[in-house]
This record gives sequence, structure tokens and C-alpha cells, in this order.
Amino acid sequence: MTDLGLWAVPVAILGGAIRVSTPFLFVSLGEVLTERAGRINLGLEGTLVFGAMAGYAVAYESGSAWAGVLAAALAGVIFGLLHGLICSLPKVNDIAIGIALMLLGTGLAFFFGTPYVQPVAPRLPAIDLGFWSGIPQVQAALTVNVLFLAGIALALGMAWMLRATRVGLILRVVGDSTDAARAMGLRPNAIRIGATAAGGAFAGVAGAYLSLFYPGAWSQGVSSGQGLMAVALVIFARWNPLNCVWAALLFGGAGALGPALQSVGLSEGYYLYYAAPYVLTLGVLIATSSPNRATAGAPGELSITK
Amino acid sequence: MSHLPLSRRGFLRGTAGLAGVTALSSLPLAARAADKLTVGFIYVGAKDDYGYNQSHAEGAAALKSMPGVTVVEEEKVAETVDVTKTMESMINFDGATLLFPTSFGYFDPFILELAPKYKTVRFEHCGGLWTDKDPKNVGSYFGYIDMAVYLNGICAGHATKSKKIGFVAAKPIPQVLENINCFLLGARAVDPSITCQVIFTGEWSMPVKEAEATNALCDAGCDVITAHVDGPKVVMQTAAGRGAYICGYHANQSALAPDKYLTGAEWNWGKVYTDFLTKVMAGGTIDNFVRGGLAEGFVKMSPLGPAVSDAARKQFADTQAAILKGGFSVFKGPMKDNTGKEVIPAGKVYLETDVALESMNYLVEGVLGSTS
Amino acid sequence: MTDQAMARAQRRSGVDGLAPLARRAEGVVLPLGALAAGLALFGLLLLALGKSPVEFYALVYKAGFGTAFSWANTLSRAAPLLFAALCVALPARLGLVVIGGEGAIVLGGTATGALGVWLGGVPPALALPLMAAAGAAVGALWIGAVGALRHYRGVNETIASLLMAYIGIALMNHLIEGPLRDPASLNKPSTAPLPDALRVGDIPGMDVHWGLVVALVCCVLTWVLIERTTWGFAARIAGDNVRAAQVQGLPVGRLILGFTALGGAFAGLAGFFEVAAVQGSANASLAAGYGYTGILIAFLARQNPLAVIPVALLLAGFEASSGLVQRRMDLPDATILVLKAVVFVVILVSDTLYGRFRLFAPERWRRS
Repeated sequence: MTDLGLWAVPVAILGGAIRVSTPFLFVSLGEVLTERAGRINLGLEGTLVFGAMAGYAVAYESGSAWAGVLAAALAGVIFGLLHGLICSLPKVNDIAIGIALMLLGTGLAFFFGTPYVQPVAPRLPAIDLGFWSGIPQVQAALTVNVLFLAGIALALGMAWMLRATRVGLILRVVGDSTDAARAMGLRPNAIRIGATAAGGAFAGVAGAYLSLFYPGAWSQGVSSGQGLMAVALVIFARWNPLNCVWAALLFGGAGALGPALQSVGLSEGYYLYYAAPYVLTLGVLIATSSPNRATAGAPGELSITK
Repeated sequence: MSHLPLSRRGFLRGTAGLAGVTALSSLPLAARAADKLTVGFIYVGAKDDYGYNQSHAEGAAALKSMPGVTVVEEEKVAETVDVTKTMESMINFDGATLLFPTSFGYFDPFILELAPKYKTVRFEHCGGLWTDKDPKNVGSYFGYIDMAVYLNGICAGHATKSKKIGFVAAKPIPQVLENINCFLLGARAVDPSITCQVIFTGEWSMPVKEAEATNALCDAGCDVITAHVDGPKVVMQTAAGRGAYICGYHANQSALAPDKYLTGAEWNWGKVYTDFLTKVMAGGTIDNFVRGGLAEGFVKMSPLGPAVSDAARKQFADTQAAILKGGFSVFKGPMKDNTGKEVIPAGKVYLETDVALESMNYLVEGVLGSTS
Repeated sequence: MTDQAMARAQRRSGVDGLAPLARRAEGVVLPLGALAAGLALFGLLLLALGKSPVEFYALVYKAGFGTAFSWANTLSRAAPLLFAALCVALPARLGLVVIGGEGAIVLGGTATGALGVWLGGVPPALALPLMAAAGAAVGALWIGAVGALRHYRGVNETIASLLMAYIGIALMNHLIEGPLRDPASLNKPSTAPLPDALRVGDIPGMDVHWGLVVALVCCVLTWVLIERTTWGFAARIAGDNVRAAQVQGLPVGRLILGFTALGGAFAGLAGFFEVAAVQGSANASLAAGYGYTGILIAFLARQNPLAVIPVALLLAGFEASSGLVQRRMDLPDATILVLKAVVFVVILVSDTLYGRFRLFAPERWRRS
């Protein structure tokens, strides 16, 4: 293996950004969809954890990692539907339901996931995009999972959909004003339920990525709050799918900083390096916010920004 | 003096008193040969974590077949008021009289504060340093797993081509530092030019960080990797996936990557707990301070994997024999830490049983990393 | 609205003396009904798994509320949760969703531990209030900063508080493993142990520390603040509509800073009691997740500081019973997690039933 010296740090950040960002990307894209329709689903952390368990279990039982991804997406749809349907009832608080569903998803995943901690399920395949480089570290950093590429494609597709298609328009109208949507003859609740279900599916896939690719095992600690953090990143990304890509990459890359700095010998105060993603996000957030446009880009019906 | 026979009642009272005296004199609680005993096990994490907690849970499972022994267990008990109340709950509701709270952080203040309140209950803590000043119904036990990690290091020293090996560690605490040092010292027994890179994750269980740390070690050129976290599965899988050799910890992880797995340092709590309970059921007591290593069967090695060379097998077997014989030491002066400071003066030799090693706060020369 | 105006309004709507009672009954009967329904639903799940719901609930009752020990267990667990819930409920009055109380708890605890060591020789009557004040002040700064960012920079408080919780935990870990570490704390890095004199003890006759009493008092005071003072009234207006509040000349900025800081101070107090009453030193166990549980409690209590009390007790009781259920019924630790989730989903769903029943709406009695 080549000794990269200090170059190891940027290479590690690149690799880390690609490896770690995918779950953030999927969850935040799902949440963008849901929030653009005017609802907040804070429960995607639970969906992600359940998706991780369900995906791993199905992949192990069926022998196919892709079957696991599908199962995780389906589980996500069910959790999304549950949230969407409950929140369609009058006077029900979507944030509170989200928190309760976070608990439910996590609880059910832990409850039924016990037998799958030990077995080894098939992993999702990766594409070797680093074949051109003779440096093993670069090759490793550019070993990219298909889901990462799918996530980027999804972000591009969603950005286009929201801007230029009828579906996007409907979603935006529903998210900005229930009354306007009704006046257009739309059924806001049905559309919100659909958007929440789709968002749930994304979060389920994010969970499957965790358990089936990176770190690639199911355990109760598999998520360290990625789902919750990703929901928060949506505000950071100002409800824009393309911004979600940057936010996820920034967050993932910053997360790789801690181990990378230790590996080149900077190890004192390592907890502070590990806080880098949070500090960096907060810093960018403070720098880009302004008191006059606290909710710029926010859908009008969103309870969190009203 | 009257020769009147004692009343029946008075007689009964007298014998009951006598029985009480004998019970007291034969030392706390479990001293009587018990025919029934409820034992409580408390784990800090999920009991199937493929690591530390599972190793204890498997040890507890070994007791379930012992006649008269009832095992009650609770997992994911936090080192807060949670563990105090869990211990009390086992005592109050299940009648447990022997408790094994297995996480280090349970000891001070939780066990030390609760023990005086339940003098008839025995608290056996894993990892703690019981001293004379602590309650007498508390005991601590642990295994000298560092020698097993030293044997890991020997296999690693033979397997490494880059002369750089890696260690994913949770926190810079004595138990972990000792393992890191032993891993390197074992490798240096093969080739003194080998270095060991360590990365601390700061958490006992955080899979994504463990995977990132493993990748960073591989990027830095480490080609044999081991870990000290609660569940090393992710480290083993990730390292093997990057083509590195692996040494297991806590339990046998060879199934994860049989051709990359060299060997591993495993706990053997099943034997420890069975020995404890056999003693208690026969009317004995567990000593307040119990330690044991490879020789006592507290820890054991995973079977050597196919990648271990013949030269390595020979050095492994010779060293293991020396450890089993006793008197073997790896911490002997003069020894410097990795900042150049002398930590063991020339002529000083610490045996594995030396309590001083249990407060180790340095990384030896050749370890790349820092203790804070 | 003044009391007089309220009375006038009541007279106008033609409601007799029973009306407030009936409305209040709705707020009690509906959640209790929902609780029963949630328990029944979880019971069905247990049946499907081949476990006996009767045995299960008997154990939950016994271990959560059935004996003196069970109550001690439940109440000990409730104390930090009450503080954590207040840290959510107070800002919620202004319409702010703060989910980062955990950061204020761990840093409040760290401050307590550090100061306590330094105050070693000072009489407890002086030192303990100082330590509590330090914990509360650090918590107030931490969550108050979230409020300040919101007001002065327009930074969303939900994401800022979550980020700051992670940063707070990292900072605590850094401090207790670095500058504040007691070298004698071997395998569990901690600050130096507090001297015995500076430990907070138990309530006489109970196996529960004083934190519970202080937490209950804080709940009541918070209720008075937001229901019976002009500050609370102004906060509600600002929470409903910031612009309207600004037009009316209400000090929105000071309200936001004050309410977030006060909420943070309560979380800091939770940290103080964790260190002074439970841990005896500041260490990583401070991050026990109380802050996150507090969010759930506050939302279930509909951000009402008095309703926080029964909800926290229920939750603590469930948690207290987790062990016995594991041991007796061979169920995993996650069982209670699922129970909590099912019950809470059902209770939250029952929000939709408010105003649906004529029984609780006296104005509709006459028409029948």
C-alpha cells in the first residue's frame, strides 16, 4: 500500500463522504418529498432502523441483498402510510406522531431483530470507479455503492420533478396552501399520504444501506441518529433536493475527518474532531441564515415553520 | 438450679437462635450449602451483540443447566439509577442473592452504595478493583485477556507485510491501553520494526464510526487489524473486506472471514461462572478479588486460521506454553512510552497479575496514537 | 383576557356552572380511554406472539406501581424526565420545537461535577446551591443560545438544538476524558468524585432523591408562569403569530431568549441532580437519553407543564417494569419500547376525538 502522508486525509474525506452520506441523502430526500407536501415526519429515524432490520433479515433469509432493499422500502411505505393516515385526522399533531413512530419503528426493529445480529447476510454490490488509479486508497475510496448513485439520480429527478412537472406543481401547491389546493380540486390529504409513504420508502432504503452495505451489519446500534439528523438536514438544505446532496456529502465527509486525522497522527482531543460534522453544519447554518428570511423556501403549510 | 424441662417453646427459640449463630458465623449469605439459588446477570448492552455482552450471556447460559440454580437476566441496563433499581428489583422480586453486574461502570457508585443496604446479597462485579475498604459482600473478578491479545500480536507480526498493524479502540482507558500495548509487543516479538496505529472511536458501540476507523487504518497501510469495542463484528467485516488480516476479540469471529481470521482473544465466562456457582452451591464463597488468565481458563484463544504460517504457529505455541507455565512477562523495564518517557525503569518486571498494570495510562513506544 | 372578560364570555355562550367541569373531564377521560385502548392493542400483539397479556400487565403494574419499592423505582426514573420535558414545553409555548435538551443536561452535569470538586471545603449549604446554579446556568446558556440564534440570525431552532446536543455530548466527553479527568478514574473516565457532603440525598422515608421534589415544584411554577402571568400570556400570543405580537409591541426577542434559557436551566438542573444525587461525578453516563424522552413526554402532555407530571410517571413506570417483564416472560428489552410507542400513538390519535362527544360539550346539552 502506498504511503500517502497527509494526502491520506482528503482521500479519506472523499471516501467517507461517499460511504457515509448515502443514508443521509435518502432520508433527507424522502423528507423533502413529505415536507414539500406540507407535513413533517420526524419518525424517519424509526423507519430507517426498522428498514435496516427488515432489509437485513429478508436479505439473509432470501439470500438476495436486493430483496432486502425492496423489503426495507415496503416497510418504509407502511410506516409512511401509518403516519400519513393518522395525520390526516383533524387536530392530530404531525410532529408528535412522528416522535411516537420513531419509537415504534425502533422498538419493533429491536424486538424482532434479535435473531439477525449474528448471521451474515449478503451485501449489496459496489461499483469500482477507482480502477483508473494505481493507488489502493483511492481505489477503496471510489468503491461506490449502487445506492449512492441511485440517490444522486433520485435527487436530480426530484429537482426536475418539483420544478417542471405537473406532479411537482401539485405537491408544491398542496404544501403551500391547503385552501388553494382544494380550490384547484385537489385532495390535499390523499396527496400528503402518498408523499409521506414515498418518503418512508426512501428512509427504509437508507436503513437497508446501513445494514447491507456500510457498515454492513444489523445491530441495535446500527443507526447513530442518521434518520433524525437527516430530517434536520432538510431545513439546512432549504427543501431543495440538490442541496440535500451537498448537505449529505458535507456531513459524511466531515464525519470521516475524525478517524482520518487520527490515522495521520493528530489524535489529541479526538472527540472534538468527531463533532466536526455538527459544528460545520451549525456554522454553515448560521452563516447562511438571516433573521429576515428565517423560513425562505419553506412550504407554507409546514407546522415547524409556521 | 431447677431441673424443670425447658418449655417446648423456649426450646424452639433456643435452637433457632443457635441456627442463627451458625448461619452468621459461616460468613455472608451463600456460605450455607444452598439447594436453591437465584443468580442475576445484568448487561449494559444487548445480550446478543456478538461481543462483550454476549460473552457474558453465554457464560450465564452455561449455568442454566446446574441443578438448583435459577438465572435471571436483564439487558441494556444503563449505568445510571437504572442499574441500582435493576439490582434491587432482582433482589426484591426474584429473590436473587448473587448478582453479576457485568459492566465496568456499575461498580462505583452503584454497587458500592447499594451493597451495604443488602448485606445478605453478594455482588460480583466484572472488572472492578475491589479493595479492603469496600463492602465485604462485594467482589470483583476479571480475566487477564492482555496475554491473549499478546498472542494475537504474534500472529499479526508474522502476517503483516507493511510492518504496520492497526487497532480500533473505544476509549483510552487502562484495559484498552493494555490490550493495544500487548498487541504491538506481541508483534514486536516477531519484528521490532513493526508499528501499531490506533484509532479511538470514543464509543463502546458505534458501528459507522468503527467502520470509518477501520477504513482509515487500511488507508494508512495497516494490514492486520484488531479491535476493542463492545461488538467487533463491523470492524472484522470491514477490515477483511479491505483485504486485511484480522484478530478477533471478545468472542470467536472467524465465521465472518475464515481465510482472513488469524486468531482471537476470547472470554471464557462459561467456565468462570460454572466454577463460581459450583463453589457457592457446595457451601463455599467466592473470593472478593478474583483474577485469572489463559492458565486458569478465564480467557482462551480462537483456533488458528489457515493464514497463520508455520513459523507463526511455532512461536505462538512456544509463547503460549511459557504463559501457561507462569512467570511470563511482557511489561519489563526499561520501557518507554510513545512520547519517549520512561514508564518502566530498567530491572522492573510486571507479571500479568500485577495490579499496577490495571491502571495503565500510556501507550508504549511504537504505538501511533495518543491517550487523550 | 382578564378573568372578568372570561366570565363575560362564558355568560354570553350561555354555559352553566357544569361546563368547565365537563370540558376538563374531556381532557382526562379521553386520554385515559386512549391509554386503555393502547394497552388493549398491545395486548393483542402479545397474544399474537403467544404471550399472556394478563400476566404482562400484572407484572407491569407490580414492578411499576405495585409496591413501595416499585414506586421508588418509578419516581427515581421520573425526576430527570420531568426536567427534560419542561425544556421542551417552555419553548413550545412560543411555537418553538426544541429537541436538544440532552446537550444542556450533560453540560449542566459536567459543570456541576467540575465546580463541586473545586468547592470541596465550602459548606454544603453554600456549595450545593452554587453547583445547582452552575448547572442551570450552563443549561440556560446552551438552550438560550438556540433561542438567540433563532431570534437574531433566523436559524431554525429544531436543527440548531439537535446539532448542539451532539456538540454538547462531544464537549462533555472531551472534558471528562481530558482536562477534567480524575486520573484515579481508571476504566470509566470521570471528574473527581464529589465529597460526601456535596451529595444530594434522598427524601426522608423514601428511596428517591430530592430532584423529584424540585422537579415537581418546577412543573407547578412553570404552569403558573405560562398560565397566570402576563409573560405567559404574551408568549402564547407570540407563539400563535409572531408578527401580531411584534405589532402589539410585545418583546418577542426577550420572550424567546427567556423561555429557551429557562427551559435550558431546567435541563441543566436535571444534569445537576444526575451528578450530585446519582452519579457522584460527571461522566459519560450523563448522556442517558433523558433529553430525548423528555420530547415525547412534552408532546404527549400537549406542552402543559402540569400534564407533564402524570405522563412522566406513566413512562417511568413502564421503564421501571421493563426488567421484571424481561425476566419473567422471556421477552426482550425492546418490549417496553414497543408498548410505549403503541400507547403513545393511540393517545396522540385520540387528540382527534376532542369535541366529538356531546357529553363533554355542555353547550350542546340543551339542544338534546
